[in-house]
Amino acid sequence: MQTDVLETVVPKRGTPERAPQSQGNFYGGEDRLTQERAGDADPQAPGMNARIQRLRQKSFEAEPSLAIERALHQTAFYKLHHGKYSVPVMRAMTFLDHCRKKTLYFDADELIVGERGPAPKAVPTFPELTCHSVKDFDVLNHREKQPYSISQADIDTYAREVIPYWKGRTQRERIFAHVPDEWRAAYEAGCFTEFMEQRAPGHTVLDGKLYRKGMLDYKREIDAHLESLDYKRDVEANDKAEELKAMAISCDAAIVFAERHAALLERKAAEQSDPDKAAELREVAAICRRVPAHAPRTFHEAVQMYWFCHLGTITELNGWDAMNPGHFDQHLTPFYEAEVAAGTLTRDRAKEILSCLWIKVNNHTAPPKVGITAKESGTYNDFTNINIGGLKRDGSDGVSEVSYIMLELIEDIHLLQPGTSVHVSAKTPDAFLHAACKVIRQGHGYPSVFNPDIYIQEMLRSGKSLEDAREGGCSGCIEVGAFGKEAFLLTGYLNVPKIVEVTLNNGIDPETGKLVGIETGDPRSFADYESLYEAFHKQLAYVIDLKIRVSNYIDTMFAKYAPAPFLSVLIDDCIAKGRDYYNAGPRYNTNYIQCCGLGTAADSLLALKRHVFDDARYSMDEVLAAVAENFEGEEVMRQTILNKTPFYGNNLDYADQVAVKLYDDLVDLIDGEPNIKEGGQYHLNMLSTTCHIYFGKVMGATPNGRLAHKSISDGTSPSHGADQRGPSAVVQSLGKLDQIQSGGTLLNLRFLPSLLKRDEDITKLGHLIRSYFVQGGHHVQFNIVDTATLRAAQRTPEDYKDLLVRMAGYSDYFNDMNGDLQQEVIDRTENESF
Amino acid sequence: MSVSCLVFDTKRYAINDGPGVRVTIFLKGCPLRCAWCHNPESIAPQMEKMYTPGKCIGCLACIEACPEDALTMTEERGVVTDFEACTMCGLCAECCPTGAMEMVAEMTDVQAVVDAVLEERVIIDQSGGGVTFSGGEPLMHHRFLIKALEACRAEGIHCTVDTSGFAPGEVLMAVAARTDHWLYDLKSMNPDTHLRWTGVRNEVILENLTALAESGASINIRIPLIEGVNADDENMRTTAAFVKGLAGEPKQVNLLPYHKIAESKYAKLGRTIELEGMAEPSEERLAEIAAMFSASGLDATVGG
Repeated sequence: MQTDVLETVVPKRGTPERAPQSQGNFYGGEDRLTQERAGDADPQAPGMNARIQRLRQKSFEAEPSLAIERALHQTAFYKLHHGKYSVPVMRAMTFLDHCRKKTLYFDADELIVGERGPAPKAVPTFPELTCHSVKDFDVLNHREKQPYSISQADIDTYAREVIPYWKGRTQRERIFAHVPDEWRAAYEAGCFTEFMEQRAPGHTVLDGKLYRKGMLDYKREIDAHLESLDYKRDVEANDKAEELKAMAISCDAAIVFAERHAALLERKAAEQSDPDKAAELREVAAICRRVPAHAPRTFHEAVQMYWFCHLGTITELNGWDAMNPGHFDQHLTPFYEAEVAAGTLTRDRAKEILSCLWIKVNNHTAPPKVGITAKESGTYNDFTNINIGGLKRDGSDGVSEVSYIMLELIEDIHLLQPGTSVHVSAKTPDAFLHAACKVIRQGHGYPSVFNPDIYIQEMLRSGKSLEDAREGGCSGCIEVGAFGKEAFLLTGYLNVPKIVEVTLNNGIDPETGKLVGIETGDPRSFADYESLYEAFHKQLAYVIDLKIRVSNYIDTMFAKYAPAPFLSVLIDDCIAKGRDYYNAGPRYNTNYIQCCGLGTAADSLLALKRHVFDDARYSMDEVLAAVAENFEGEEVMRQTILNKTPFYGNNLDYADQVAVKLYDDLVDLIDGEPNIKEGGQYHLNMLSTTCHIYFGKVMGATPNGRLAHKSISDGTSPSHGADQRGPSAVVQSLGKLDQIQSGGTLLNLRFLPSLLKRDEDITKLGHLIRSYFVQGGHHVQFNIVDTATLRAAQRTPEDYKDLLVRMAGYSDYFNDMNGDLQQEVIDRTENESF
Repeated sequence: MSVSCLVFDTKRYAINDGPGVRVTIFLKGCPLRCAWCHNPESIAPQMEKMYTPGKCIGCLACIEACPEDALTMTEERGVVTDFEACTMCGLCAECCPTGAMEMVAEMTDVQAVVDAVLEERVIIDQSGGGVTFSGGEPLMHHRFLIKALEACRAEGIHCTVDTSGFAPGEVLMAVAARTDHWLYDLKSMNPDTHLRWTGVRNEVILENLTALAESGASINIRIPLIEGVNADDENMRTTAAFVKGLAGEPKQVNLLPYHKIAESKYAKLGRTIELEGMAEPSEERLAEIAAMFSASGLDATVGG
């Protein structure tokens, strides 16, 4: 038995050098994998060439700022034209107007062009949905973590031109004016959050049709559907016509945007003295003349096609979780293979083009929230999550050379965005999993790992066809959907431990003394654990009903007032149905409720079950009194609970069955509830993002020994420190949850670098992943970093600017996270090697 | 009556104890007294207890619980046990809310070992792993070990034994008949050096290893490397020559550099460790030694 000494693997500041092979770099001369990849012209392929280094540096160093241009265009257009057109046409025309006028960004290095704002990381605002106040801007300008800069002149302009017009007219204000008091009480207590009060519903992923059709093809389809509308018998025909017209206008907008770039590039080429550079600019200009109007013919055109579509969707509205190309490697592989065979593309050039796209995604910082407090921080990450590997539509393995190039990029580029995930089915080659595990070992938190064999079943269960399910995958964090054919909206997080707390206080929120739930009885009167659980179940059902009621209302608001015609062009079957993405246009329509804190909730119930009901070590009154006092003066009780309770995550049935029951009941209460769209349903997923920190803050201590206001557990992970029997026990506990009933679960594991030192350790990590997946695991992600490094990063943040860590479903810079989030990463159980 | 043994640790996701991912069962008791021992709690074959002052919240529950009045609270060292009076009844550990006071081992029967291993069956199957019996010296508990090996093999579990080789030859061969793979320690080729640093001479160990290799057993040689004890050129050369001369397939060699990490564990047991004369080998020295083994045609890796 040998105990490893902590070793420190610290990313360097600034542009990282390629990691040496000894640290797990999987390409280079003597590497087995590279040699196995036949046809690789240059096994010593450069990590990043000078162009990519420059672009990456600019992207890395750009400070996020706010750009008011979109809001000014939007407001001016509304002032002039509001009321003249139908809502969808109005939305499409504002989009066209902005595409005609917006400032274009030019950088001579770029092979992929287009920015949402006037410059990298310049983020537009969307006042029609949520309008920032002057105070919001002040907070964003000055907050310590994740600031967005905005000049005083721009704030003044905004205050003069934008804010007065939108006062009372924004989606957010209109929604909040109509919510019931019971909902407001539960919302303000932190029983749940509401996604759509800040941003448009999103979670949209594109599929392969993007590379087979151009905007002009879509316009022809739209025209054909307009032609065939039955105005006599179809009562919706006029609405459909308006929506279809809007879609056609939005296609024009995307073409205009590209043509303007082409013209700009041609002008710059003419000014260029270097003939090579001029030729390159003309080449990119020609691509912009081709796409998105027409289907792409080359690898380069295909990547630019995606990027224009991506930009269109995130400019039109600010849908949650940006936009996502889905199985990007699979979509690009036919272009790559054909061109490599024809000799018109090299592996290096393909990698360079993809690197440009990676950097483009990183330039697109998430839009900041409104109504914020200085303390609140979120993330700059807008959750584009590129799916790598997985299964193809026909069920065969989707791994290709492009998949390996993407793995290399993750390591080379080492930026916050895009997120990446590898999809490991039973058919996925071990060599690919091994290569992915080597990137995981680098400790950037990317890629996360998904199990198509399970998520395909999740989608079949919720009504997708087999092919559509296979072409699906995950967006943003861990939620699944049928790419290019589904609106799968996250409606908000549910604070499950808070509902335990409310139950223990007979419906009252102990933080405020207000009634936020229903009266289910004083728990001191409960004779047995079953009575306690029954009361909890009633509270849960009550809160979920409230949540669904208002989510449905908000859905209706978006369907009526905030359609997304451009997005609707790209998602089947919006054109065929003549309906918007937000109005049941997609083939599939899912609403997710993301349930947080399974570990904390189950462990709290377990502590009561074990110590109050089974062992009678303490009375309910004693535990509740200690919890109410945040265990002050009751450290012996707290320690007894922490150390002598079987908790979820240790592969102990006594504990895991409580979590399983809780999970099954969440499924039972949420799954299959109808949403407002015909055939559409609510499903459960188990995502927390950073919400478990916020949810912890609105709660007192919990019976599992967690102190007041500390973070609750994330996703389906065990509570911090509760899992004491190693990662293989954790994955077995999670394997007991019937994950196919969900739309995604989340497991965080933190490993010390010493656990992944040797090549065979990497192989064993792959075995751990496969072990979880054969038991029905949906997702797992890793933080490979030791406590000493994290503490050092807290002490001297300037030395660790590049330290990316996995949060919950995405990665973030450790230094951009506030103290609570940092502590939460440190507190996660660290799996040691012996 | 089922056979039982004191098990002082059951390590899941053990990735350094043989092929694949394993469950390692640590049996308490060892006939050697290696000066560098990382696991002092593994040595005595009797029950012991450990006290971790950092975890103690001073609730005094242990002192109240002790039927022998063997515990006292002190300013500087927290709870101190009078080991003369202590009967190792375990009541102090049972009532300790934080785990500051803990019994280092648990009397475990064969079925409990099999159950613990089978809990990890999925990852064992996925990785081609199994169970590893370590110690202490597992051969010291050969009656239990043989039953446990038989029970695990009956479940189709791959069995590894991690041994110092210090046991009667017939015991080793009886165990070998039920073992799939060995992790066999070689500490020093010089019998006097071996005696000085481990308390026993090495003839039996070398004879056993020779016989084991001749029987066709699958064996990894594990060499703890301690500067000042066995990491000198002479010992490395003779070790390499000896391993090279063993019958059967060439043996994989794992070089395990010594780390000064065990001091606090000794303190928890109420003991001290004499570290004088021992040093951690440098990275360069490790590479040199690995190269020396490779030069003699052996596959040597650091760690594992």
